[in-house]
Amino acid sequence: MNELRPAVDREIVASIVGVSKVYKLGGHTVRALDNVSIDFRQGDFVAIMGSSGSGKSTLLNLLGCLDRPDSGQYILAGRDVAAMDDETLSRIRGRYLGFIFQSYNLIQQLSVVENIEVPLSYQRPPLPGGRERCLKLAELVGLSGRLGHRPTELSGGQQQRVAIARALVNNPHVILADEPTGNLDTATSHEIMNLLDALNRAGRTIVMVTHENDIAERARKIVRLRDGRIDSVSEVRP
Amino acid sequence: MSLLQQLRLGFRSLMLHKLRSALAVLGILIGVTAVIWLVAMGEGVSYQAQQRIKDLGATSIIIRSIKPSEESSRDVGSRFGISYGLLRDDYDRIVTNVPTISRAVPMREISREVRHREYAIDGQAIGCTPDYFGMNRLTIARGRAISEVDMKSYANVVVLAWEAARKLFPIEDPLGRAVQIGTEFYVVVGIAAERTAAAAIGGSLDARQYDRDVYIPLSTFRARIGDRVFTLRAGSTQLETVELTQITAVVEDMREVDATADIIRSLLERYHKTVDYAVVVPKELLEQAETMRAMFNVLLLLIAGISLLVGGIGIMNIMLATVTERTREIGIRRALGATKGEIVRQFLCETVVLAGTGGLLGVAVGFLCGPTINGVRWAVGAFLPEVWSALPPNIRNLEPRLAPWSIIAAFAISVGVGIIFGIYPARRAASMDPIEALRHE
Repeated sequence: MNELRPAVDREIVASIVGVSKVYKLGGHTVRALDNVSIDFRQGDFVAIMGSSGSGKSTLLNLLGCLDRPDSGQYILAGRDVAAMDDETLSRIRGRYLGFIFQSYNLIQQLSVVENIEVPLSYQRPPLPGGRERCLKLAELVGLSGRLGHRPTELSGGQQQRVAIARALVNNPHVILADEPTGNLDTATSHEIMNLLDALNRAGRTIVMVTHENDIAERARKIVRLRDGRIDSVSEVRP
Repeated sequence: MSLLQQLRLGFRSLMLHKLRSALAVLGILIGVTAVIWLVAMGEGVSYQAQQRIKDLGATSIIIRSIKPSEESSRDVGSRFGISYGLLRDDYDRIVTNVPTISRAVPMREISREVRHREYAIDGQAIGCTPDYFGMNRLTIARGRAISEVDMKSYANVVVLAWEAARKLFPIEDPLGRAVQIGTEFYVVVGIAAERTAAAAIGGSLDARQYDRDVYIPLSTFRARIGDRVFTLRAGSTQLETVELTQITAVVEDMREVDATADIIRSLLERYHKTVDYAVVVPKELLEQAETMRAMFNVLLLLIAGISLLVGGIGIMNIMLATVTERTREIGIRRALGATKGEIVRQFLCETVVLAGTGGLLGVAVGFLCGPTINGVRWAVGAFLPEVWSALPPNIRNLEPRLAPWSIIAAFAISVGVGIIFGIYPARRAASMDPIEALRHE
């Protein structure tokens, strides 16, 4: 069982080494990240917390290969992502990362199963077993009865389940969740967290940004950021 | 994603805004239809002209009498009116002095009422020799043509054009019956086969309708009708003396046409004080017509090109709106692994679907060119007969000819327009920052 293994034994899947990111905002510069180093190991479930402007979104964007650091290294799956060009970054995202967003971000004109399928269409080379994999994942998140529905016909919780299935379809090394419960009521939030918890227990690595304490406490580890630096790292449970 | 999948996806995205997409398709449809129709009409017109010229023959030279303008005719004018045009002497001179001419056919023509009992038509009396029929590719449907014997004996015989025969003799058999041309009576000996009207070519050759023609021997024409013609014009009578309306000369070899025409010109110049004749060379006309056709086609393609351009701008407009609207989707796809190239391809596929649909429908409507023109022609003929009869025969007889190259070109251009006008919106979509795009509301 994964969670019983000591942390030191687990393989590092993503590693940020001395990363800084500076934004220019209306004349003066903002240090969004200031020399941050952090490792993410296989099977981690990390909650990143911090007040607005603490750099948690910037960190998540960097982890998601949607942005490049100004300095420092980001090693994902053994490769330094910081120096890669746009096309390779796209491929890395498609291959190694899964995304879950606060506002679900499903494509409106596609059905449930087609939404789950989207990352597969950008795999080079293509992953085997496309459609069956999508159906299995839809079943996993409890939506096998709604495969043909459009996102607008689903509740918020159901849409987020579709997004989770979509984040799993490419068998990613890391799942990045940006306020996954931000648009949901308490009961549904807990359902979604149960699902993420189950995925983590099954060995998935999850990095989640949240500002809600009770949600963060569902993770194994909480990283608090302040002014672009890591303020504290606390273990919630092993 | 395979191309087919991408096209399907593009189609579905376009179906989100059916009216908007339909309007973009309409823009391209009109452009493609315009290309096909305009080219078809251009081809139809030039085909008519070419047929006419070919009918005249590439080895022939046509010398026509032309009424000089009022001012210059005063010199030739006398108190008996004016006299102009080709002379019988000209004919003799041409035949005897130009060795390259193998055959020359004189002709005299005049408008006369032709009558049989209560039936009358405004006929065109043509005095001609037996050769005239062969030279003008007139075939005899029934009876016989004008013969040498008719010529020598100044016979009062006539060959009627098909339409003229039908109008003058709705019931009876015209052969052997007499018709009245002007004041004289002539016996019908033959009926010419039906023939469609010939189009005018440039300014040098008028349109020719054969359906009112009645053919009599040239000798009889001279004896019975004569050279002098009275015309009543706004209260005053005018007397015109014309010996021959036209001489058609034929040379053996096509290469001798131009030189022979020059000889004829200089020969006539010497005996005519004013230019009261015209030397028309169908071969030159053919060449002119070819040039005209090329110019015409360029012009039509320009017009059609402009309408396709407008259609393309319509597509670009819609795609730009689509890209802005779907910023979020673009962000999602980028986050989920789509490269810039894949985003460009996705949106290009949509424009190609739009333009291709417009192109296909345009080709389909293009094929309706003939039936549509026939429909319009019928409608104008039925409801606006005055307008109809005022139209020049070129238009009335226009048969559009679909050019296969125009269909292929129009479709290819429409897809090309889709790609060209789709590139900018597609690149704009691809160049969006995924983080910004994901935040877009």
